[in-house]
Order: sequence, then C-alpha cells, then structure tokens
Amino acid sequence: MSPDTGNRLSGPLPDPSQEAGYPPEHPQRSGFFTDTSVCIGCKACEVACKEWNLLPEDGLNLTGMSYDNTGDLGADTWRHVAFVEQRIDPSTRSRVDIGMPGMGAPEPAPQQEAGDATEVRWLMSSDVCKHCTHAACLDVCPTGALFRSEHGTVVVQDDVCNGCGYCVPACPYGVIDMRPDTGGASKCTLCQDRLGEGMTPACAKACPTESIQYGPLDELRERAEQRVEQLHEQGVTEARLYGHDPRDGVGGDGAFFLLLDDPEVYGLPPDPVVTTRDLPAMAKYAAAAAGAVAATIAGCFLGGGR
Amino acid sequence: MAEAHPVGFQWVMEAKRRGAKIIHVDPRFTRTSAMADAFVPLRAGSDVAFLGGLINHVLSGEHYFRDYVVNYTNAPMIVGEEFVDTEDLDGLFSGFAEGGYDTTSWHYEGSRVNASAGERDRWDELFGEQGPEHPSGRETPTGGPERAGSGGPVYRGIPETDPTLNHPRCVFQILKRHFARYTPEFVEQACGVEPGRFREVAEALVANSGPERTSAFAYAVGWTHHTLGVQYIRAASILQLLLGNIGRPGGGILALRGHASIQGSTDIPTLFDLLPGYIPMPQAHRNLNLDTFVAADSAAKGYWGNMRSYLVSLLKAWWGEHATADNDFCFDRLPRLTGDHGNFRTVMDQIDGKVRGYFVIGENPAVGTANSHQQRMGLANLDWLVVRDLNMIETATFWKDGPEVENGETRPEDIGTEVFFLPAAAHTEKDGTFTNTQRMLQWHHKAVEPEHDQRSDLWFYYHLGMRIRSKLRERQGERTAEQRERDRQLLELTWDYPTEGEIVEPDAAAVLREINGTDAADTALTAYTQLRSDGSTRCGCWIYCGVYAEEVNQAARRKPGAEQSWTALEWGWAWPANRRIIYNRASADPEGNPWSARKAYVWWDPEQGCWTGHDVPDFDAGKPPDHEPDPEASGPEALRGSEPFVMQSDGRAWLYAPTGLLDGPLPAHYEPQESPLSNAFYGVQRNPARQVYPRPENPYHPSGTETGSAVFPYVFTTFRLTEHHTAGGMSRWLPHLSELAPAMFVELSPELAAERQLRHLGWATVITARAAIEARVLITQRMMPLRVGGTTLHQIGIPWHWGPNGLTTGDAANELLGVALDPNVHIMETKAGTCDVRPGRRPHGADLRRLIDDYRSRAGITERTGVDPVEGTPHPRSDADGHGEGRANDE
Amino acid sequence: MIADTLDRVAVAARPEGQSVSRLHRLARARSIARERADGGEQRMREWLRWPVIRQLTGADSLGRGHAARSERTDSERARTSEADSVVGSICPYCAVGCAQRIYVRDGAVSQIEGDPDSPVSRGRLCPKGAASRSLVTSPSRQARVRYRRPHGTDWEDLDLDTALDMIAERVIRTRDETWESSTEDGTRLNRTTGIASLGGATLDNEENYLMKKLYTALGAIQIENQARI
Repeated sequence: MSPDTGNRLSGPLPDPSQEAGYPPEHPQRSGFFTDTSVCIGCKACEVACKEWNLLPEDGLNLTGMSYDNTGDLGADTWRHVAFVEQRIDPSTRSRVDIGMPGMGAPEPAPQQEAGDATEVRWLMSSDVCKHCTHAACLDVCPTGALFRSEHGTVVVQDDVCNGCGYCVPACPYGVIDMRPDTGGASKCTLCQDRLGEGMTPACAKACPTESIQYGPLDELRERAEQRVEQLHEQGVTEARLYGHDPRDGVGGDGAFFLLLDDPEVYGLPPDPVVTTRDLPAMAKYAAAAAGAVAATIAGCFLGGGR
Repeated sequence: MAEAHPVGFQWVMEAKRRGAKIIHVDPRFTRTSAMADAFVPLRAGSDVAFLGGLINHVLSGEHYFRDYVVNYTNAPMIVGEEFVDTEDLDGLFSGFAEGGYDTTSWHYEGSRVNASAGERDRWDELFGEQGPEHPSGRETPTGGPERAGSGGPVYRGIPETDPTLNHPRCVFQILKRHFARYTPEFVEQACGVEPGRFREVAEALVANSGPERTSAFAYAVGWTHHTLGVQYIRAASILQLLLGNIGRPGGGILALRGHASIQGSTDIPTLFDLLPGYIPMPQAHRNLNLDTFVAADSAAKGYWGNMRSYLVSLLKAWWGEHATADNDFCFDRLPRLTGDHGNFRTVMDQIDGKVRGYFVIGENPAVGTANSHQQRMGLANLDWLVVRDLNMIETATFWKDGPEVENGETRPEDIGTEVFFLPAAAHTEKDGTFTNTQRMLQWHHKAVEPEHDQRSDLWFYYHLGMRIRSKLRERQGERTAEQRERDRQLLELTWDYPTEGEIVEPDAAAVLREINGTDAADTALTAYTQLRSDGSTRCGCWIYCGVYAEEVNQAARRKPGAEQSWTALEWGWAWPANRRIIYNRASADPEGNPWSARKAYVWWDPEQGCWTGHDVPDFDAGKPPDHEPDPEASGPEALRGSEPFVMQSDGRAWLYAPTGLLDGPLPAHYEPQESPLSNAFYGVQRNPARQVYPRPENPYHPSGTETGSAVFPYVFTTFRLTEHHTAGGMSRWLPHLSELAPAMFVELSPELAAERQLRHLGWATVITARAAIEARVLITQRMMPLRVGGTTLHQIGIPWHWGPNGLTTGDAANELLGVALDPNVHIMETKAGTCDVRPGRRPHGADLRRLIDDYRSRAGITERTGVDPVEGTPHPRSDADGHGEGRANDE
Repeated sequence: MIADTLDRVAVAARPEGQSVSRLHRLARARSIARERADGGEQRMREWLRWPVIRQLTGADSLGRGHAARSERTDSERARTSEADSVVGSICPYCAVGCAQRIYVRDGAVSQIEGDPDSPVSRGRLCPKGAASRSLVTSPSRQARVRYRRPHGTDWEDLDLDTALDMIAERVIRTRDETWESSTEDGTRLNRTTGIASLGGATLDNEENYLMKKLYTALGAIQIENQARI
C-alpha cells in the first residue's frame, strides 16, 4: 500500500482531479454552492435538469410533504427541492415543534391565535449529488463506469456501467440509483457535457434567484463564508454551511449548501462518512488472503503442468 | 410573486440583498411569504380596508409627500357642494339610484366633467339626445378604467383649487374625512390583522417613502378579481400618490400579468369595448359621426386631445384609400355597442340561444372561467365552435367527456354544437411580438416550421379573411344591395400582407409595421406625435407607434443588458415611445430637478434646454418646467411645464375620481359578493354598483347576518402554483410539470381539518351553491385561522389549474364560483368566496345534484339571494360621527 | 474476495428499507460489448484504451479518473454546440417576458435555454419556461384538424383546407342571418351579435391585431380575452 492511500479514500485532498491522473493544467475544480436562504422553491432546477439531460418523468405522486412531490433524488431526478414547514418563535428563531420535515399532517398549534408569538417558516432547498472529494460510489465501482472528471466532479458512464449496483448503497447521501429502463446507474453529472463547452450546468443557469451557484469550488467556498457572515450580521444566526469542509467525512463536497437549520431537517445526513474509509484496512487483509490464494493456484499449475 | 412570476421575483431578491424590506400581504402563506421580511395574513376580500387603513395612517399622521401631493395630484381641487360621502350615507356616495350612480354630484366645483375613463362617450351632455330618465352624469357600463395608464377621463374648465389643502371641500380634506374611519382597530375587524402588525407595515412604508426613498407595490389578480377590483387598485394608487411613489424609480403599482401577451391583447384589444390604443368602441347613437365621437376629447388638455389623429390613422390603416375625409374615414363601418358585450354576458346569451358561432383561441373556458358549468352550457348551445390550441383541451372535448356528460345530465347525441379543433403553432414556430407586463414588446423569431396542420393564429385569421373575402367577391352578383353594402367593409379592408414559405405564412413584421404606422410616402413613422387627423398617416395602434421606427423592428432589439445602462433602453421596445417608466416627469420636482440625487431619473437640463435622464422623458422634451400655456390652448400644448400626468385631462394624478368610475369617486370597503361577515364599516354590505346575474345556473350565497349564511361558513380563494399555468392547457400535458404538482388539492389549516375531520392526503369535497368538487387535502400551518370580528375565520386555498384532460387531472376550481362582476371592467370575483368543506370524495350523477340542491335549500337560496344592490344592517353611529340621517340602505 | 469486501461495504451502507434482492435485481447484466473494428491497428488502439492499460501506464494508477474514461465520454458534447441555428425568442407562459434561445437541429427544437443577455431575465427561467422544449415538442400536441359533427359521438378527420372553407361559410352565413343594421328607431348598429370570440392573451400582438381588424370588419363585437377573465 502506498503511503497516500489514506488520503485517496478519506480526509482532505486539495485536487481530486490531479490525483485521478489529470495533468496539472486541468480545469479548476467546479461545483455548486446552493444558498437555501434565497431558494424560492420554484423547482426550475428540477425541470431544467430533466429537460437538458432528457430524463423521464418518474411518478405523479402527491406526497403530502408540503409542496415536494418529487420526494427524493433518484436515477431520473438529479435535482430535488425539499420543502420544510415549521413553526418558529420569531424572538429566538427556534423551532417550536420539531418533527419530521413536512411529513404528514401538522398538528394544530397550541392555542394559536392571530398575533401569537409563533410564525411560520418555510424552508426550501434544492438537493443534488454532492460530488464528494472522496466518492464512495466511484471507489466501489468495479467497471470504471464512475470516474472523476477533469472538473473534479464524479460522473457515470452509461456505456461502461454494467448495472452491478454497488455504487447505490455506497453513497452516504443516498443519491445514486439505478435507472429502471436502462438498468444502469444514474445521477447528476454536473452537466459534464455543458462544462466541456464552457456552459453553466442547466440547474444553476435556470435558477431565478441564484440560489444555485456554479463556479470554481474555492471561489464558491469563499463566497459562502461571506454569505454566512452577512446573514449572521442580519440576525439570521441559524445560517450555517454544510458540506464545505474538506476535513469532513467525505473530504468536503463539490456541491455544498448554506442551510438555515440542521441538515436532518432537510433530509441530509448530519455527518456523512465516505463508506470506503475503512477499505484500505480491509484491503490489507484481503490482499494477504489473495496472495495466499494466488500462491496455492500457482502451486497447482506448477504441480499439474508436467 | 415568487409563485407565479419567479423570474421577475429575482429583482425583489436583488432589492432584498441591497437592504430592501419585503412585506407580503396575502390570505395564504406562499413561496413569496417565505422570502419576505414580514408576512401579513389577511382575510380574502378585505384589502380595501387594509389599504384604507394605510391611507388613513399617512393622512392622519401627516406622512404624505406634501410637495408632490400639492403639485402633481388633484388634492387641491375643490369638489362641488352636492357631493356626499359614504360617511354620511352609511356606505353610499351621492347619486345612487336603481343600482347605479349618477356621477354628476362628484364633479369639481367650477368644471364640467366630460367623460368617464372608459367611456369617452359624452353623448347626452354634448348633444342632449337622451331624456331626463338618463341622468347626464351617468356612466355607461362599458369601457373601462383599464385604460388608466394610457388614457384618462376628460373635463372642461378650470376647477377651483386650494393649494393650502385646507378648504373643507378640497379633495385632500374629503380624503381625510373619508378614510378617518379606517383605523387600525377597524382594519383588524375587517381583515383579521392585529393592530401591532398593521402599524409595523404602515411605519415601514412611510419610512421608505419621500424624496430620498420610494416603495413599490406589486399585485396580480388577487386584487383585481373582486366585485370592487378597480377600487382595490384605486386605493393603492391613492396611497402611492400620497407617498410620492408614482413616476419615480423604485416606485409604482406593478401589475404582474399572467399571460405572455395579456398586456398586448389589451393594448391591441381583443376586447369588446376598445379599439387599438384604448380608443373606445363607439356606442350606438343617432347622428353619431367622427366629429361627434371625438368632440369630447378635442378640447381637452393632454395627449388624449389628439384622439382624432389616432382614430383617423387607425381607420386609414384598416380601409386605406377607401377611407377619406368625405366619408368620415369610414367611421360608419365600425360596429356599435349597446351596453355590456363582455364574455359573461355573451355566454349567457349563448345559453339563451342568441349567439351561434364562437371562436376560442388559446383559452380554455370550460375549466378556466368562473362558473365553468355556465360556460359549458354556452358551448353546448352553439351552432358551431372553433377551438385552436396546442393540446386537446376541455373546451374542445366538453361534448364528449365534460362533467355534464360524465354525470349523466346530457349525452353527446344531445349536443348539437359542431366543433372544429385546429392545432395551433407554438411560439417557436412563428414570428411575432409579445408585450410583457412592463409594456415592453419583445419579438420572438420563428425557429422551426410547424408540422402537419399546425398553424399560427396569424395564418388562420389571414387565410380566413382571404377565404371570406374571395367567397363574398364571387357572390356579389347574387347578394342584395344591403348585403353588398355590408360586404364592402370586408372587401375594402386592407388585407394584402406579404406571405412566405410553403404554408403561405403571412409576414408578421409587415403586420407590426402596419401597427406602427406610415406616412403619406409609406415610410414608417417614428412617434405618435407625427399622427395627423387629415388622413395623411396610417397607424394600427397609436401607442405602438415607433416600434418600427427607422424601418427597424425595434421590438427585436437584443443588445445585451450588460452592455447598456440599467434602464436597458436598447432591449425590446416599450410603449409609449420606448419609455420604461411612464409619467416619469414626476421623478423631478416642479422646477425640474430630481427630488433627490439618490432617486434622480429624468430632469430638466437648463443648458441644453431639454428634459433628459436615464429614460425617455415622458414629457414634451423641450417644454421648460416653468412653462405656462396659452389659456386657449388644447391638447398637449395646454399642459403646464409642471404637470407630469400628461394623459390626464388636467396633467395631474387623481386621488379622487370626479368621473370615470361607476362605483364611487373613492374606494370604500365592501364585503365580497359572498362573505361570512357583515360589513364592519358601513351598513351597505356589498359594492352597490356591482354586476350580478341571477340565473338558475348562477345562484349566490347569503352573506353576513343573512339567513342561511352559516351553511357556507368558510372563505375560499383560488390561486396559482409555480408548477402550472392558468387552466393547465400549457402545463397539465407536460410530464416534467405534471409530476411536480400531480394532483388537484386544497390547502387548509390543521384547525379547520380538525373541525371538519379532514385527513392529510385524504379527499375533501368543497361545496358551493354552484357545484361540489373533490380534491386531495393538504393540511398546512401555512394556512392560518384568523380572528375576525370576534370569531375564528377559516380560509381554504384552491388552485385552479386542473380539469379532466391531460396527464394530471382533477376537478376544476372554477366550478365553485358564481359570476359577480366589478361594474367598471366586468371582471369576476374569484379571490373571495364562501363554501363548505367535508371529508370524502364527491358523489356522482344524480347524487351530486342532490347534494348541491340540499345545500341550496338549507341556505334558503332563491334567485333574489345576494342580488339586491344595497342590503345589509345599518350600523349604529358613534357619537363622534354625529350623522344620523341620510342613509339610503333600506330599500 | 475483493468483491466480497465490497459487498460487505455495500450492505453496511445500504439505506434502510432497500432489500438485498433489489440490489441483485438492479445488478442484472448489462451488455457492455462494444463493436470491435476488424483492423489490427484499430484493435491495438482499442486495447490501448483499455482502462487497465491506461491505469498501469498513466498517472491515474487507481483508475478512477482519466484512465477510466470511455471514448464516448471523451467525445460527448453539449447538444447546443451541435445546433444548426440558434434563434432568439421569448417565453410563452407568463408576462414577465423572459428571453429564450431556441436551439434547432435538423429542423427540430433540440433545446431551449434562457438568454443571459436579457435585462429582464438574465438567462433564468422558471419551471414552466424551463419546460418549454417539452411544450413545443410534446407528443401530446395535436397535429391534425379534428372535426365533430353536430350530435356526433366521436371526432372525425378533416382536411385543413376544407375546415377553413367550412368555417368561412359558417361565418358568412351566421353574419347574414344575424346582421343588425340598426335599432328599431333607426340608430345605426352595423353589427352581428351572432359571432363571438374568446382568446388573445397567449397570442402575438400581430395576431390580436388581425383578429380585431377582421372581426370589426365583420361587425362582430363580442370579442374578448383572458384580460377580462
């Protein structure tokens, strides 16, 4: 095992593209910064994505989860806008009732009167593949169908994927899924084809309020820090970033978020860890075992060749 | 705005980013509320009370922009002694009789007001044709204040004024007295907005208005779809004028219109009461001719004084060399109106067998219009129907699978309507302009050819005209003299447009050029000031004159916004004269200097001797601010250099409308046609001048304290979702939109759900006297019960996108609505009604009928319910009012 | 063994509620055979593209990036770049008036994007605007005239030219039969109330203009659109 393998599967990694064999002059790592504080929940991102990537409609289901009838990211849904309805106390801006986000029928507010000290807050957030620095989906892919692009993003290749599905459970965010029609794995490509032409990904281009911002990751991270500071100054103390930190369990996300509540509220895992983090340790044992097997097989050949 | 105009909302977010405070006032907590700094839930149908409260706050607290108000509005005008306000008549203005107003008592002292905003037809006064049974000040119920922004009413003479604003009968003092009643406490009673929250809004608005700052109001049909919709807008106008927020950057009352060219189809009106450019359609009168038609305008101040030029140029555009001074430029060929010919009236006439043929073009009334059942009854009683659309909408299939067929009320065999469905071309398949909600024309280029039988509407009408003309031409020999006479207006119509391509598509640019207008040498005109009344110019729509200036399609200009100033005058073309903010002379003070450096927009440049600035000045460019007109002058020349409202007959904006409105010179709070509450402000319950149509298929609910009102205890309001468009014709057929909002639903509060045992995602049936519809239940804390008048009031939100056809289907919200109209513009009330709601799906067939009948009988509904012009319970007066007499509400 | 390890990882990370059988089902075989060229040189090139070779010979020793890319991936381009023409347009839904760019390939709309040059919309679109490619290319769009005769129970086919002719005849007949030249007292009317029209707010100005002009010349007055409704 090379000494940097640990780096390759978890922990900070400044340039995943270079690590994936791209020459130093490869493009800057690009990604999304989704500022949910300005998301109006219009779902233009969902539609623009499907229109560009020619993804089919995947279910006319009224979910009852506020205005979210998409439900989840999936093989045919690469952008998903979550809607979270809350009652909050405007003086402390804390939630009055903590329940599953927008799930089921809300209870009547206790003695709710007009002018009461509770207000409604409606959070909206457009979720997407995180394009992890350490992407377990890619690491477990046995066919090389998933690869790291020159932009630092993680992309599936239809023509290579054999549909084994290992990537699906490997994703700590539950993003990647199998398309029923083709049987192949499928998820956001960050519009790999558009990036090649210098175009903005379809979702970010459509977004009316610049909630979805596309750009070099370093710039986005800087902009995001400033935005959080600005919101804090405005009294929105609950604003925080999610997925921006290279020291987190996936080495930082290529698509990160500004949230106004805990990640769980939006249906995001609070502390995602790349599922292949322990792979090197496992592989050490596996390699030893494989060596023994190889020796045995070689011995068989040697013995039987005569 | 975030819901229905998300991309426009980016500018609100931009403003917020720069520190603007966003306040959202709505019955429902929407995606707009989620982004607002403050959300104020209020009862649907109570906005005049709310706005009136704000007006009162501004007046009583002396927060108005005095220099603006004194110089640019009619605040100093003195009203005649005959005027009596609602304060003294418990909710009526003077002049009310027989369900309508005689408006003569509203006039200024010392002036004769000459016409209404919509109906420039001052026949009686000028020519005395009609007898005393038609009071001379009576407004005719046609035309419309929708012309505001382009046109205005006319009066003659110079009214008395008091620039100190102290005269007890000056507009300012009348306003003060009228709105004194609109206290925060009254606002709370009517709107359910508690006084603290109301004051927060009032103070924020006042703090953000004045020379240094401006505030803007944005609204959509939540304000116009009411029996007093025009007065909602009037209330906002008064408020914004008092604060000096009109004609200035960052100000205004911005209508967010909902269709790509709904502004254009009002400017070039497919509307019964207007000709292009807001010229009224003529009314039937004896001795009507061009001279008498324009007589009322000819002596007026302002740009309407040139109406003869606009009209003659239009007639020349239509009848070319056949229109001459000798034949009144073919004025006689214009058909004459006799009253209301609006769509609701027309549909009732269809039911009554008076209309035989019907074209429905890109519209879906079978589910998209209030009281859809009534609309379908009309469709089912035609000889022939032409439907042109992209998809097979409900209006085309009503005879096959409409609710009446589904319920067994009728069978296709029983419906005699012959139906032609013609597939339409999409915007990508034709050239043309849309006029957006900012009055900006933008050209869209044809990208691909339409397929098979798909054609543009331009193609259809051009070829239909050609076909009709050629048939008539061939048959002239067999036609009677009378027929030949009426055929001439068709055969002599200018209809020779160049065509192109295999499908013989008429050239849209040539049509736009005709709209723009040409001079005697057939050169495109550059401005409407070039139009002449002698027949030497042609112009299809005077306010669009200039869109083809220099023989260039100005609407097709697409100079990148980033390469221009912030007003982006080289992108598209805005009427009039490419101005982006109208009445922008008001952005400068009377001396011509910006009110503040921060809000500079257009100003007088004394060195150059002209008006200049960031926009095209909406003023005679060379007229200095201190210009005093010749007393004998008329038209634009009669305007002072300090009078910015150049379309108005006095150059001023009207806080008080001495003429032009059918239901009062000032807004007053009336309850919607159907309301669970009594009017907290006046004894008069509903807008006394509203239009109602008591018919078997259009019964109304009792309101307030009327017997049976409790049978429909809840308020409902219809709304749009981001994910769909209007009645769904352009969204319910699309998979990527349908999956985002995949089922008809209603949204209501947890409290109401508990009261009616409704289950989240379960079914509910919503019932009115017209219909019962079913929908899935979305229980949400965004719907909040209000405390109104001492009781808890529940509101239900009902989206109106669904119908039986398409990928996502459901009952149509419009089934629930009755038809009750604003009298000025004949727009129906869809935004506030009453209903009941119960768990479970609706019944079908005869059981459905029985359910509705049961409700009708429990509520005691008859054909007279809710139709009296004036009804309600007189309110005891407080001592301070001191008026005990003069009520006129007990008839 | 490696595969087993991966399976363990996979199962451990499997989201709740997903059965193993589903994963197996999803993992059904998918043909990855690629057409192989006959020529030896071609074969050699193919072989050199084989990820393992590139993995062993290049900088991407773990085969997760550069070495894993297929030929198709490398040749994939945005379809907008292959358009035959790009046409300026305006969104047909609401009245904000967002600018669009229509990309055309082989005579068909291949993509619709917001136009960033627009000072109104700055390239952005709402979900409806973003769906307008679907709107104009939708298979649900009607392409043929449909005709329903009086009391008919189903649609029938009708030629466009015949339909236009029939409509023209009905307009002429209705106009003649319902013509009102004047009131009883002789006041000029010059009109018909037998023909009505609804629609215009979704149409172009030029279309509204021809409508109003033709209807007015016909004497039809009940001309209305969504602005009233």
